[in-house]
Parts: sequence; C-alpha cells; structure tokens
Amino acid sequence: MWEYTDKVQQHFLNPHNVGELEKPSGTGDVGSLACGDALKLTIKVDDNEIITDAKFKTFGCASAIASSSVLTEIVKGMTIDEAARLTNEDIAEALGGLPKEKMHCSVMGREALEAAIADYRGVILPMAEGEVVCECFGVTDLEIIRAIKESELRSVEEITNFTKAGGGCGKCEDRLREILQQTVEGLAAEKIKPHKDQRMTTLQKIKKIEDVLEREIKPTLKKDGGDIELVDVDGDFVTVSLRGACSGCQQSQTTLKEYVEKKLREQVIDTLIVEEDK
Amino acid sequence: MNCGSDKVIYMDNNATTRIAPEVLEAMMPFLYDCYGNPSSMHTFGGQVGEAVEEARAKIADLIGADPQEIVFTSCGTESDSTAILSGLQTFPEQRHVVTTRVEHPAVKNLCESLTQLTGHKHRITRLMVEADGTLDLASYREALIEDTAIVSVMWANNETGVIFPVEEIAQMCRQRGITFHTDAVQAVGKLPINLNDSAIDMLSISGHKLHAPKGVGALYVRKGTKFSPFMIGGHQEKGRRAGTENVPGIIALGKACELAGQNMAEENTRVKELRDRLETELIKRIPDAKINGTIKQRTPNTSNISFANIEGESILLMLNEFGICASSGSACTSGSLEPSHVMRAMGVPFTMAHGSIRFSLSIYNSKEDIDEIIKQLPPIIERLRVLSPFS
Repeated sequence: MWEYTDKVQQHFLNPHNVGELEKPSGTGDVGSLACGDALKLTIKVDDNEIITDAKFKTFGCASAIASSSVLTEIVKGMTIDEAARLTNEDIAEALGGLPKEKMHCSVMGREALEAAIADYRGVILPMAEGEVVCECFGVTDLEIIRAIKESELRSVEEITNFTKAGGGCGKCEDRLREILQQTVEGLAAEKIKPHKDQRMTTLQKIKKIEDVLEREIKPTLKKDGGDIELVDVDGDFVTVSLRGACSGCQQSQTTLKEYVEKKLREQVIDTLIVEEDK
Repeated sequence: MNCGSDKVIYMDNNATTRIAPEVLEAMMPFLYDCYGNPSSMHTFGGQVGEAVEEARAKIADLIGADPQEIVFTSCGTESDSTAILSGLQTFPEQRHVVTTRVEHPAVKNLCESLTQLTGHKHRITRLMVEADGTLDLASYREALIEDTAIVSVMWANNETGVIFPVEEIAQMCRQRGITFHTDAVQAVGKLPINLNDSAIDMLSISGHKLHAPKGVGALYVRKGTKFSPFMIGGHQEKGRRAGTENVPGIIALGKACELAGQNMAEENTRVKELRDRLETELIKRIPDAKINGTIKQRTPNTSNISFANIEGESILLMLNEFGICASSGSACTSGSLEPSHVMRAMGVPFTMAHGSIRFSLSIYNSKEDIDEIIKQLPPIIERLRVLSPFS
C-alpha cells in the first residue's frame, strides 16, 4: 500500500479540470499505454501570455492523476515564463509530497507542461532529440541528465524512481551508471573550475580513499559491529563491500550514502559515488 | 486495534484469508493453557505432542498422504525453499532446474538466487505459457535432460487461478528419475488432491491461504524422497525441520485442513457460482473487459479481469472507497514499473495488463458482496475512462 497524502487522495478522488480544451493554445502529450502512465495536457494562453485555462486527461495510478490535477491548478493564472520554470518538485510539493517510487508521476506532469508550452511557442523540445537509453520506457539521455541535475540524483535507483529509466528489463543499467558518472563529474567540474588542483591520479585517489576508510569510517562502523572494505575504484565510482553487522542491515544503504559517501566526498573529491558490491 | 473486518467486502483471498472461527477456537488452548513443549518427556508437554500428531494426520488426510510425509514449516515460502534446495543438495551433480515463467516470487526469486545460495551455477529453464495461461507441455518434455535436478511447477496460479496438469508433469519426471515439487498453496483445499496415487515428490502448503493464521505451512515429502533439511538444529520433525514447533499454528492448520475437506464441495459449487456470476455480470456491464486465463481449468474462487485503457491501482483505490478489497497485476501495484510477470508471460497487451484486477473469493463471501461489486465497479471504470486519454 502506498502512503499517499490527503492532498493526493483528494486530487485523485475528485480531480480538477478533467478533459480537453477546445482549440487549445498548446497541447502536451507525454507517456504511453506501454509505459503505464500517460498525460495529455491542454492549455489556453491569452494575449498577455497568461495561462487562463488548463485541462488534463491521464492514464495512470492515483499519484499520476493527482499530479495532473494539481498541475492544472498551479499553472492557471501563471505567465508562460513562470510556468516554464515550474519543476517536478513544485508539483510534488503541492501534493504534500509523493512516495519516492512515484516521483516519476510529478516528472510526467512537468514534461507535459513543457511540451504544451513548446507547442504554444512553436518550438521543438530538445529532449525528444536525445538518444533513447531506456528502450522499455523510451527515456532519452537528455531527459536523464536533466533529472540528475535538477533533482540531484546520485544513484541508478533514484534515476529509475524519477524517470522510470531502468525500471523495465534493466538492460540499460550500465549506461545509466555511465551517464550518472559523466553528469556528476560535469557538475563538479563546473563548480570547481577555479581550483584545478583537485585533479588527482587514480592511484592517489585510491590511496586517499583507503586512508579515510581506515582512519575514520572503519572505526565508526566497528562500533556497531560492522565493517567495510574497498572493492574497486572506477573513475568516480567507489565500490565497497559492507561486512559484519552492516551486511544485510536495512539501513545499510543510508549508511552508505549518508555517511560513507559524505565522508569520502568531504575528504577526497566531492564527485565520488559510493556503491555496494553485489 | 480494530481493523473493521466486518465492514469490508473481502475479495482478496488469494493474498490471505480470514481465520475460520472453528480454527481460532481449536488453537486457543495452545496459546495459553497448553503451552508444553511437544518434545518434552512429561505428560504436560507430551499431550501437546499428541495434538500435533493429530493435526498432522488431518493435513495428510486432506491431500491423501501418510502423516509421516508431512513436515511443518513456517510458511509456503519456507516450504518452497526447503523443497527446491533439498532437490539440489541431494542431487549435487545435477545443475539444471525446470520451472515456469509464472511462479509465485517464492519460487521465481529463489530460482534466480540459486548461485548465491548453493555456490554453484545452475541453468534454469523457465517454461513459457500460452496466451490463456496454460502450460506448453511439448516444450516441457524437451526441457527435461540428464542434468535436471528438480522440476518445480505450481499447481494453480495465484493471479489467474489457472491450473497446471501437475500430475502429468510429475509422471514425466518420475519416468526420468527427476524430483518433482509443486507449490500448491492456491490449490490445497480448493481442488481434490490425492498424493497416494501420484508421482508428486514434494508439495507446499500455506496455512493462511486456507483460513489458518499466517506463520504456519507444511511441506509434503513423499516417503523415499531424498531430503536435505533447510533449517538445521534440533531433532524436531524427525530431523527434517529444526526449531520448536509453532504449536498453535500447527493445530490451526490441522483444523483448517479438516474444514477445507468439508467445505470443498461448497467451494466448487456456491463459491464458483458467485465467481461466475461476478464475471458474467461485469463483462456484460463493462465494455472492453476481458477475463485473463483459461476458464476451462481454473480454481473455483479466482477471477482476473482486465479493463482496457485504465490503470489497476486507480481501480483498486476507488474500490477501496467502498470497502472492497481486491488486487491488481498493474505496474504501480507490483512494486516495479512493469505489469506483473504473469500478465507479461501470457502476453497480455499493455492496454489490458495495466488494468487487470483480481477478485479471489472464499466461502465467507455472499451474494450481497457480489451484488455490491457489480453495482460499484462499472461507474468506477467509466469514471477512470473519462479521465484516460486513450478512451
């Protein structure tokens, strides 16, 4: 059972603005039956570039319907420029939050809005021009990169939650990792442009990682009967193996991301991504 | 805590069932007064041991087995794990496993994790099913090879109710000296089973699927079948399953099996009629609705219907507003992003797979329950279709 907020329940059971506008100024059609959710958004824009009306039709679960409904409420009265700046987080927030596995529903809302705005402006969205990475759900690399940047995604699982990519046959997982690595490295490079000296050789990197593991991380984990070992370093991907009480621990993912990764980022390079060896 | 079971229309009996009042009554003394350890030497414990043996006999009776062939476990999943791993451990040279694409996760996911568990690489053949959910026996015959250690094929599918010809499948195994296991948690109590006259080597039972509580199951192990225990420890269950017996659960399972034997006729007449009426009326009232799985060989209590162009979770949550409990094979409810593996294996098109709903009845369902669903579901489907861009 999903934990939906009251707001999601309300918008699901009594959705607002259902239907299709006649002669819309813009139409956004995203998703498909195969994907399990789809949204057709129509908007009316007046001469002052203000969205005066919006209607939706959605195929999908409760959170997809609720996201669409709340989206139409949010955008009404906005200027096109304001609407263009709307993020999926804004949609999720307006619903009082969504379960993390359902974040892609809010992403679908934002995508439909973008498509509708592009249609109104008569431009072609760059997203559609990317290379399809996830064949099951037709997700392009550009969409994935954008989600990584906007929602600060740091694992393949998070990418799946937000974009659905990788949620089908799973064949594209390696490619998703690669995109994640490149995007995160790119983001960090942008941030640290003034300090070039953060580059180090792989050997230096491994040494530093081992040092932090030995000096700080291992002693802390050992206090709880756990342990950690470095398995591999590939670019920014650090593969570790959790031992003792940590292996099979429910919270091990949190430990990995919130503690191990954070420490390593602080003390080695802030682009590192820590993953568990499976 | 009060869950309001009297207020719901419970049509999710393939997920779990309510405890029969007679079962509750039978197990109660063993939760309080009769707390002795069945293995003890003293009478206080020994009498509990006798009650356990009586329960064992009742289970054996329902499936036409010898009481000594029944091993108590904690659940259907444990029975499945025990059977399959035992099959592999007792034939260590053989590394091939045959199963189907539509098994319950208890078997499906276990088969995917075998390397991790046994330290050996195993080749798994997952048999395809036809569009109506039935098994392709020709490809099954071809799948059996020298290297096959164990075949595990479910008796009845939990999502569609489709029944597999397990006896025929088991016979083919026997001819080749291959161990055969069946996950029969959806079949026991609903279909007549007589293992005395059968080639089935191992069979899994789950208590909570037949009105006993959760936390108890059983594994039938044919006399003479090579067996290797899953739980190691004490000598309980003649060394076949260590751990102090879940006595209240075992007593409950015994009583539940006795009742199931008595109620099987009703299950196959009144319950079946209710299920058939529900299906006929829904199909009549709702356009673009289709039954999943062959109607020729199905458990009497299960109905799986797809409604085109809408999504299952939405249907379930709207039914929930009326206190109607059902389940779905849609992506959103399967916890993954794709529809259930059973719907995919059957090749149900996406337009239909996402909107599949399973109603599973029990003897506790009434005509009124069915009437209420027939009344409430058509407008729900209509409402969701108005919302859908595809219809």
